[in-house]
Amino acid sequence: MNGVRRKLLALLAAGVLNPIAAWAATWNKDAFSAKNAGDALKNLGAASPQPSGDIVIEAPQIAENGAVVPIEITSRIPNTTSIAVLVDKNPYPLVGRFDFREGALPFLKVNAKMGETSEVRVVASAGGRHYVATKEIKVTIGGCGG
Amino acid sequence: MAGPMKMRATLGNGFTDVRVLMTHPMSTEQQTKGQPHFIQNVTVKVNGKTVIEGEISQAVSRNPVFSFRLAGGAKGDKIEVSWLDNKGDTNKTEAAVA
Amino acid sequence: MRAVALLAAVALAGPAAAQSQFEKYQQMTAEGSPVELFEMEGEALWRKPQGPRNVSLEKCDLGKGPGVLQGAYAALPRYFADADRVMDAETRILHCMVALQGRSLAEASKRLFGNADNPSEMEYLTAYVAGHSRGVRMTPGTEHPKERAAFALGQKLFYHRAGAWDFSCTSCHGQENKRIRMSELPVLDRPEDARPIVATWPAYRVSNSQLKTMQWRINDCYRQMRMPEPNFGSEATIALNLFLTATGQGAAYNGPGTKR
Repeated sequence: MNGVRRKLLALLAAGVLNPIAAWAATWNKDAFSAKNAGDALKNLGAASPQPSGDIVIEAPQIAENGAVVPIEITSRIPNTTSIAVLVDKNPYPLVGRFDFREGALPFLKVNAKMGETSEVRVVASAGGRHYVATKEIKVTIGGCGG
Repeated sequence: MAGPMKMRATLGNGFTDVRVLMTHPMSTEQQTKGQPHFIQNVTVKVNGKTVIEGEISQAVSRNPVFSFRLAGGAKGDKIEVSWLDNKGDTNKTEAAVA
Repeated sequence: MRAVALLAAVALAGPAAAQSQFEKYQQMTAEGSPVELFEMEGEALWRKPQGPRNVSLEKCDLGKGPGVLQGAYAALPRYFADADRVMDAETRILHCMVALQGRSLAEASKRLFGNADNPSEMEYLTAYVAGHSRGVRMTPGTEHPKERAAFALGQKLFYHRAGAWDFSCTSCHGQENKRIRMSELPVLDRPEDARPIVATWPAYRVSNSQLKTMQWRINDCYRQMRMPEPNFGSEATIALNLFLTATGQGAAYNGPGTKR
C-alpha cells in the first residue's frame, strides 16, 4: 500500500474526507517507475502496440526549453478508451495516461518536461488493442533538473 | 495549501472545450534530491459523472495546464476538475459550460 | 544597398523554415500558459487589507482614477501629478502601497523579484493590473514635459554604450536577424518590432516558471550588459520603459504574455 492511499484512508477513517468525494486514487507505480518505454508499456498492459496513422501528435519540432513542451494529441481510432504519453529518453518515460469514458473525446493537450531531444511516443487503446505514433522533438535546454 | 485553479469550459463545434490551469510545483526527483512533489491523479466530471481519469507523473510541467474535449455538451453543463498529489494534497474547481 | 538587402533575404531563405518552428513553440506555449493563475493571486492581493492602515489597494489610482483598473496598464508609463514624476505600473503600485497602505518604501520594496516557489507580491499584482488592459491600445504618456523628458532620456540610454564590454541596448536589440538560442531579438527602436514586445509584458517565463515584470526585464538587460543594475523604479528604468512603450504604442495589449 502506498503512502498516498494510506494517508487517504487515514483521512477517511478520521471522517475528514467525504467518502463519496474521495478518490479511487489508482496510480500505476510500476508503469511510472519503469526506466524505458517498453517496460512502461508492459506495465500499462499495452506492450507491442502497432503503428497507426490515426494518432495525431501536434507539437513543435524544436522546443527551446525542455521545462515546457506543449503536446496536443488526437486519436481518430474509433472507440479510443485511453491515451498514454511517453518521452523515451526521460529518466521515467511515462508522462501520463488518460482514460476517456463515454462523454469524453480522445483528445488531450499537455505540457511535458523533456530532459533532452527524444521521441515522444503516444499509445492509444481501443477495443483491447493498442496503437502507437511517435514524433521526435528536439530540445535545446533540458527541463528535468534545476 | 493548494494554490488556485482556473477553468474555462466553452462550447465548440459539436464538442465542449475544457481548459484547466492548476497551481502546483510538479517538482522532480532531480530538483528535490529524491523528494518529488507532483500531482498523480486528475479527474474530469460532467454533471457529476466521471468522463476522464488521468494518472500523471513528475514529467508534467510546473503549473499544469490541460485541455480536454467533451462530446457534445450544452450551456450550463457543470464541469468539475480535481487533482490529488503524491503527498495527499488535493484541490478542485468547477465551471459551467459557457 | 538594395542589392545587399536582396542578398540577405536570399541567404535567409534556409533558416526561415526553422524559424516557423520557433514561432510554433512560442504559440503553443502561449496557448498552454498558466499565466492567468498569477492574475488570480494578484486579485486576492489587490483586495487584501495590508500595512499600518490595514487597507487594500482597491482605491489605488493607476492614472484612470482611484480603483479604475480597466485600460490603466495600457496607458502607462505616464506622468502623475501627485508624485510629480513619470511612473510605470510597478512604480505606481509601489507608490500606492506607501501612500494608501501606509507601508514604508523599504518594507514594500524588500522583495520585488520573487522566484518560482515564491513569486513576489509585485509580480502577482502587476499581472493582475495588466490583465485589465487586454485588447486596449497602448497609449503611454508622451505630451507632458516630464513625459517628453523621460522619452528623450530613455532614447539616449538605449543607444548609450558603457560598461566593461562597451555594450548598449542596441548591441542585442539594434540589428535584424540576431537571436539568442531560439529567441529572435527584436530591434526595439523600430515600431513594428517594439509593438508585440511592449504589448506582452509582464510575462510568464516557461523556462523557470516565473512571472517577470518589465522592471525586471530592464534590470536584467543591464546585468547582461555587465553594467551596474539600476534601482527598481529608478528614473532610468522608467525612461527606458517609456521610450520602448512609446515606440511600440498603438498595439492592442495582449498580455500578460508567455515567453520562452
